[in-house]
Amino acid sequence: MSAHTIVNLPDQRTATMPKRNYINNEDGILSWLFTGDHKRIAMLYLVSITFFFFIGGAFAGLIRLELLTPQPDLMASDTYNKFFSMHGIVMIFLFLVPSVPAVLGNFLIPIMLGAKDLAFPKINLLSWYLYWIGGLFTLTALVLGGVDTGWTFTTPLSTHYLNTHVVTAAVGIFIIGFSSIFTGLNFIVTIHRMRAPGMTWFRMPLFIWANYAASILMVLGTPVLAISLVLVALERTIGIGVFDPTKGGDPLLFQHLFWFYSHPAVYIMILPGMGVISEVISTFSRKRVFGYTAVAFSSVAIALFGFFVWEHHMFIMGVSNYSALVFSLLTMLVAVPSAIKIFNWAFTLQKGSITFETPMLYAFGFIGLFTVGGLTGVFLGALGMDIHLTETYFIVAHFHFVMVGGMLMAFLAGIHFWWPKMTGRMYSESISKLAAIVTFIGFNMTFLPQFILGYLGMPRRYHAYPPEFQVLNVLSTAGATILGVGYMLPLLYLGWSLKYGAIAGDNPWQATGLEWQIQSPPLTENFTEIPVVDHDAYDYEWLEHKTAQEVTTVG
Amino acid sequence: MDNVSVATQPHTHEEHHHVSLPQHRHHFETEEQQREAGTFGMWLFLLTEIMFFGGLFFAYLLYRNWYHDAFVAASNQLSIPLGAANTAVLISSGFFMALGVWAAEVRKKGLLVLFLVITTVLGFIFLGVKYVEYHEKWEKHHIPGAHFDISEFVNPQAYGLKEQPLAPDMAAKTQIFFSLYFAMTGMHALHMIIGIGLLVWLTWRSYRGEFSAGYVAPIEYFGLYWHFVDIVWIFLFPLLYLINRHPGQ
Ligand code: HEM
Ligand SMILES: [Cu+2]
Repeated sequence: MSAHTIVNLPDQRTATMPKRNYINNEDGILSWLFTGDHKRIAMLYLVSITFFFFIGGAFAGLIRLELLTPQPDLMASDTYNKFFSMHGIVMIFLFLVPSVPAVLGNFLIPIMLGAKDLAFPKINLLSWYLYWIGGLFTLTALVLGGVDTGWTFTTPLSTHYLNTHVVTAAVGIFIIGFSSIFTGLNFIVTIHRMRAPGMTWFRMPLFIWANYAASILMVLGTPVLAISLVLVALERTIGIGVFDPTKGGDPLLFQHLFWFYSHPAVYIMILPGMGVISEVISTFSRKRVFGYTAVAFSSVAIALFGFFVWEHHMFIMGVSNYSALVFSLLTMLVAVPSAIKIFNWAFTLQKGSITFETPMLYAFGFIGLFTVGGLTGVFLGALGMDIHLTETYFIVAHFHFVMVGGMLMAFLAGIHFWWPKMTGRMYSESISKLAAIVTFIGFNMTFLPQFILGYLGMPRRYHAYPPEFQVLNVLSTAGATILGVGYMLPLLYLGWSLKYGAIAGDNPWQATGLEWQIQSPPLTENFTEIPVVDHDAYDYEWLEHKTAQEVTTVG
Repeated sequence: MDNVSVATQPHTHEEHHHVSLPQHRHHFETEEQQREAGTFGMWLFLLTEIMFFGGLFFAYLLYRNWYHDAFVAASNQLSIPLGAANTAVLISSGFFMALGVWAAEVRKKGLLVLFLVITTVLGFIFLGVKYVEYHEKWEKHHIPGAHFDISEFVNPQAYGLKEQPLAPDMAAKTQIFFSLYFAMTGMHALHMIIGIGLLVWLTWRSYRGEFSAGYVAPIEYFGLYWHFVDIVWIFLFPLLYLINRHPGQ
């Protein structure tokens, strides 16, 4: 029972591919489609969300193309409405919400906890199927002619004035919602009940805390979205009037219900990413995350506060001034825990032995861009500012900074960080660094001009604009092209690495997490024997000490 | 129901440690852990259900405050005897479900099947009564939509009712009451239908003896679900049927 912190640092050069692992354990497509293994389900999700990401991306490309010129020339106005609606729906519900939790969380949470699987493997698989059923509904709505409500399904537009496939899309999102409820439920139960001996709450990696907080939001928020979509669908089909002013209903009620989910949903979309950043920053500055407890609790605080700010999406909708005041204040408060995280990452970097591997580059991108996105969120939370900026491109820039600059960067950081663990292969460092830099440049070129456009008053969701806005729009479209290249590159070199990449070995980054102490790719059962945990997460001081001693014994 | 299960725990507990049940799943360290995880998961699921119905209850609260008179008048149209009968039916079905859990725990296969069948039958009775009530609303044109008719609320005397007449704009708001009535009881009925489907499946599995050898988890979890559906009704009944039964006060 000596200090058996079981960090092992095998020699990279002699690493071989393990004979038996979760990928080759069983063969055939059916063994994947009926698997209960959380790692295989994670891979299924990875392929699926990548598919939808490029569909959503294609729409984004078309939107930017239309906005290249002030005149509406590429498409009719209602086609444009359909394109941005499908872009939003696909990107949010089919890509961003499941991205980090369903792929990385699924793969890593059991391993990080020292468990063999999630608590409910069958429900895990079920949630992937629900994801696809919902995805197919969405695709059906798309093929039949699309929806043009925007991703927000605003009533009475969605219930009375449109004859597009609102119900089909709503059913799709309803079903995808259950997929994410089940993922969240599985995570919460696993984290409560499946921790290895010695894995106390405050020894858990911060990635787990972040996913735990996001799971709470999924479990409590998503059902409210579900019921609001049910009511929209009933209003469209059989004429129930809960949101219909002609029958005494109130469309604002829909806004309340929708944003009661959708504001927490934005934290579903960022918290898991923040978890990734904690892991990456600590590994590549070889230090314990500064203020571990504060970072852990800030995740939970974000989840809690996140439920009490939804009205900031409704400031101009005729809500009472007093409640707007309260919600404005609460909105500013929710920025505090986010700021705590940023400061703690900065302090983690301080005096660390920083190296600039690809995941770290993406993580730096995250910190910078998320800070801008979060700060502009505070601008929008200020009542006077919001009245000027709401429904302009400023909003578009704000949420793309947090969702794309934040979460997508974090997702890519995580994919690059754990790729060796998931596949057993390394990708080429130089080209992946290039991709990270291209993405960062492309992103800023695309979305920084949109802040200015919004500030100058260009409204969102129109396919034409006054000619004086053209320069900035051209810049934005050019940036989007670069960004597109930045996203294509990983697809190519990560695909390439599957076959030709160097063998990664168990612990290529010399990290301390439990997931790095087992073979890559892992065994189906993860651990041959359940580990006993007797040290805190990120014990890099200890590791340094140990390597120092090893050197003295050798020398 | 919980008391019963706690009381019978000591009998079965011994075997739990020695015999590894075929239902024990490999990724759990112990069966204890598996049981706890299952129960916890079920409670969390019920929490999501509370949030789901919560949206509806919130809408109810809002509109009841705004359109109190319309809600009173519309609520008086519902049949208390039928609603009360259904409440009794549902509570008894919950009781038999609890007995079913007990029967599984003491490993009485015959009783378990019997109780599950009774629970199912009571579930069907509930839905039958609900059908009668819905049908009446249909005939009276109280289903929201194009055929909705407010004349009964504007001019109750003509229909032989002792209600105060409502101004036409308030009377129109009865449509909101009925929207919520159908949305809430409809969602509840949907949960009942899903529950009955599961009950049939569980009855069949009980009949094959799967739950009378110490493995009772599915029965227990389903019991939680069924009680939850009961409780939703316990809230719906007074909120929808008993808003204000003293017209003129
Ligand atoms: C750091 C704290 C944040 C604050 C204070 C904040 C504040 C706000 C405010 C006040 C609005 C409403 C603006 C308006 O419609 O007039 C808004 C919109 C939005 N925010 Fe944030 N935000 C924050 C973080 C985030 C994050 C992390 C995400 C997503 C990952 C996000 C995604 C969005 C989206 C998608 C919208 C626009 C919704 C729409 O109308 O389509 N925000 N934010
Ligand atoms: Cu918000």
